Amino acid sequence: MSKVEKTGERSNAVLHEGFLRHRNFRWAWRAGALCVVAAAGYLLVDVQPRPNGGSAYGYVAGTISAGLVLWLTLLGLRKRAITAGQWSLKAWVSAHVYLGLAVLVITTLHAGFQFGWNIHTLAYGLMVLVVVSGLFGVTVYALLPRYLSRNRGETTQKQMLETLRALDRQINEAAQPLSEVQARVVQMSLDDSKVGGGLWRRLSGGRGGCGNRKALARFPGLRRKATDVELQTLSRMEELLQRKSAALGQVRRHLQIRAWLNVWLSVHVPATIALIAAITAHVFSVFIYW
Amino acid sequence: MEGVHRIAILGSGPAGLSAAAHAAARGVSHVLIEKSDHLSDTIFRYQRGKHIMATPSQLVVRADVSFEPGKRETILDTWSSEAAKHKVNVRYRAEVKSITGAKGDFSIALSDGSVVRAETIILAIGTQGNPNVMSCEGGGLAHVQYQLDDPAEYVDEHICVVGGGDAGIENALGLIADRAQGNTVTLVNRGADFARAKDANAKALLAAQEAGNITLLTSAETTLIEPGWITVDTPEGATRFQCDRVIARLGSAPPRKFVESIGLEFTSAAREAFPKLSPTFESTVHGVYVIGALAGYPLIKHCINQGYDVVEYIGGAVDLKPADEPILEARLKGLPGNRSVAEWLEFLRQEIEILRGLSPLQMREFLLDSDVRAYNAGDIVFKRHSVGSSVFGIASGSVEVEVGGGKKRQTVPIPRGSIVGEVGLISGRPRGATVRAAEPSILLEIPRMAALRLMASVKEARDTVNRITTERQLLQMFGSGLTPADLTDVLETAEIRQVKTGEAIINEGEEGYDIFVVRSGSMVVEKQIGGKPVFLSYLPAGSYVGEMALVDGGRRSATVQAAIRSEVVRLDGDRFRALLGRKPELEEKLRADMADRRRVNGYIEEQKGRFGDVVDMYSAVADFLVDQGIGEATDVLLIDETLCIGCDNCEKACADVHDGLSRLDREAGRTYAHLHVPTSCRHCEHPYCMTDCPPNAIHRGPDGEVFIDETCIGCGNCQRNCPYDVIRMDSRPPDKPDLISWLLFGVGPGPGEPDKAWRAKHKPKGAEPPKVAIKCDMCIGKSGGPACVRACPTGAAIRVSPEEFLTVKRMNRGD
Repeated sequence: MSKVEKTGERSNAVLHEGFLRHRNFRWAWRAGALCVVAAAGYLLVDVQPRPNGGSAYGYVAGTISAGLVLWLTLLGLRKRAITAGQWSLKAWVSAHVYLGLAVLVITTLHAGFQFGWNIHTLAYGLMVLVVVSGLFGVTVYALLPRYLSRNRGETTQKQMLETLRALDRQINEAAQPLSEVQARVVQMSLDDSKVGGGLWRRLSGGRGGCGNRKALARFPGLRRKATDVELQTLSRMEELLQRKSAALGQVRRHLQIRAWLNVWLSVHVPATIALIAAITAHVFSVFIYW
Repeated sequence: MEGVHRIAILGSGPAGLSAAAHAAARGVSHVLIEKSDHLSDTIFRYQRGKHIMATPSQLVVRADVSFEPGKRETILDTWSSEAAKHKVNVRYRAEVKSITGAKGDFSIALSDGSVVRAETIILAIGTQGNPNVMSCEGGGLAHVQYQLDDPAEYVDEHICVVGGGDAGIENALGLIADRAQGNTVTLVNRGADFARAKDANAKALLAAQEAGNITLLTSAETTLIEPGWITVDTPEGATRFQCDRVIARLGSAPPRKFVESIGLEFTSAAREAFPKLSPTFESTVHGVYVIGALAGYPLIKHCINQGYDVVEYIGGAVDLKPADEPILEARLKGLPGNRSVAEWLEFLRQEIEILRGLSPLQMREFLLDSDVRAYNAGDIVFKRHSVGSSVFGIASGSVEVEVGGGKKRQTVPIPRGSIVGEVGLISGRPRGATVRAAEPSILLEIPRMAALRLMASVKEARDTVNRITTERQLLQMFGSGLTPADLTDVLETAEIRQVKTGEAIINEGEEGYDIFVVRSGSMVVEKQIGGKPVFLSYLPAGSYVGEMALVDGGRRSATVQAAIRSEVVRLDGDRFRALLGRKPELEEKLRADMADRRRVNGYIEEQKGRFGDVVDMYSAVADFLVDQGIGEATDVLLIDETLCIGCDNCEKACADVHDGLSRLDREAGRTYAHLHVPTSCRHCEHPYCMTDCPPNAIHRGPDGEVFIDETCIGCGNCQRNCPYDVIRMDSRPPDKPDLISWLLFGVGPGPGEPDKAWRAKHKPKGAEPPKVAIKCDMCIGKSGGPACVRACPTGAAIRVSPEEFLTVKRMNRGD
């Protein structure tokens, strides 16, 4: 009988921890140590006339920083290329976060605190933008998931949208006996209560101009003018609109939280590409004007 | 009245048709009786365009009808033309009411009143049974139908669907799906609710009712059907309404009753038993032969071959070699002993105790599933902790089981005739010990399914296996130098008990000191602390409980109840105490185990005093997981929703490592206290999906993974049997462009499962790939383990086994 290979690694339930705490903050310690070494070097090496990127220390720190930036960028590839082997994206993300923070320290030391209006400081500025947007990402990753979970309960996004469609169908059927004026009010709910939309709309929860809300606001007025028979249909309709209002609230909140979880990437990723371009220009210019 | 046929064949499926074709080819007078108006009704009812596979692939077809894997339509057309070519005498729309007479002159009464006479009868009616029919007046009218092929066919009709099961509801929903068809649909259900239907179906139906798209009549019974009208008795009184078409979906009656009415005996009363048959397929009624699914052979290839064989046998063939003879010959080649296939079959049957009750025919089937192997002295049969669910029968030689580890290691011999490896069969857990051949031996490896079928059909086999398994389980669990002889006394009164989910075997505070051993399933231990039940521990199969009251005296200190349907062995307390008296090592072991349990209990009680909320939370989460069926899981995917950012990288990774199809639905599933159980396979201890897999394509891998291999025929049985909805039927999507071209140039659909539109657009030309069952295989054979967990950026996704997860250690984390 052949030797049985152990595959299908199970997670250790007791040690289960998120990306920030991964292996007892292993990457935080390593990144911290890197920063300490860099800072110690900065203080110990006496560069004349003053610390700058062109010194030996500066080259070493610069090369490390550029290497780190390129490696950090590879996370985008790692996340999507599910190759075989003993790696976990969680560990990569953990290293990405802490080493990314270390880049901030090391590049600052690399620059020797010299800033100006040039391509070099542009690269530095872009790096800061990338790190800050990343920090924002870490913050929302740490804070928002529980709200996403609480808001959706056990409902999936697909089910939420299906509920809305089902309610619209019911509203449509129930609106058949209504008078023209009343029907026009209900039509507002059917025509103009969209979910999602542009980035700003999603981030803000997108309630502005909601047809369903407008329709509900018109109901007290409709009721005053209605006959007894119409009142019955109207109150059933109002109940449906209120249910739709709750359903809309849930979907919009869901999309809102998801938007906040993702929005920083639309700064982080383009800024990274710009950063790599700027670093390239920075490196070339340094060697040309040397 | 017609003359007496030589052979009457009931049922025109692959088996019956093949028999009829061979009879026709041989010029034997025959009649093929079919209840519907077409051949092969079961396959006819498959969905249009369904790809039908041909397994087992190594089996050759020897018959007068041909069979190649292909589309339903092609196969049905081939069979029809072959039936016509051979001039098969088919009698359509003939439903058999009863069969009387004896060999040489049977009378087959049909429901239209006519009688067919035949010397011999071949039953090839399958196991689908007949749909139950409308028993009310007018139930036989032409506009009453029992099937709905295409809901889009009907326009502007008043249609009444009778039956509130899934079939009825799905038909009704299909008919109203497109409002433009203008159908007015009413559903009549005998019960007050739709408890028999899937939850999703029932919900969709009630929503449709609320929307006014369908009328539901519950607690209602159809009393009269007239052309254009129907009368239904409801709790509010009888109502008569317009009805152009009645679609009755009332379930079907299994054919066993009918078969028994002819006088055939079954191997046992068990639901899965088959008729008793001779090696020539003859039943206990002389002249009546049984082939095909009814005989226990659901695969088309087997059926077709049996149709040929049975006609040969009826024609007097004695030395007909079955079509599977070459397969068996190949399988047995190279083994010592120089026996023929028949001699091997007889040798194994004689030597291995549990096989003695088998007929030669069953034995042959058995050997097709099993493997015979020769071992040298010292060869490893299987290793401790490896996962396997097969049983080994010892035909010659003997084996040794290594019990205990390190210094305490010793071997227990198991003699010829006995079995080994049966614990995996019962509990589905990894092997508990290493087994080696003690001398040159010949062993028969019997896969779990074949062994279970054997136990279901042969009582002696069942009793033998039960006796051996209980004894071995005790020896392995208690160790302590016990020998089988020590246990004789205890086992004499041991009783195997089925325990329903939630049923308690021990109640806190009651008297009693019997010991319970969990044979299959799992138990949870709970204790009342501060007026609330608090979860103490989880006992997987292979553990024992009840020793505290026995060793220390006193009342039961906690309640033990089944987390899932389980089987326990109750050992008499007095006899066990006597055993402890004889074996002080055993008592020592029990005391050691007890001290561990005490520590956990004490810890929880102490925490409860100090941090009541933490304990309540721990207890509530444990209860939630047990409710979710974790008690029968061996490995389950959980998502910590305080970390999950909803990126679905788990699903994408799953699709990317599995031919582009994801086997998990992250968002769906239950959640409690931010702990989410997504829709994904839990690799059950006793997988429901395995219970009825015609090609036996579902297996357990070396690490406990339940996976489906490439012999899947796409029948969908596993999908229907899975209570957790984690199996889907789909065909492999076209290959995607690589990741880099997507990242740089936006070519292709990107990571994850491609959407429908892209799939449709890039469909390869030619035959559509067949739909097969797909499910989580825990990334078996891929280094690094499950992709879903590896691909989670935040560490929210974890895979755990219940005994790891449901431990008190989790409480320390305070979440």
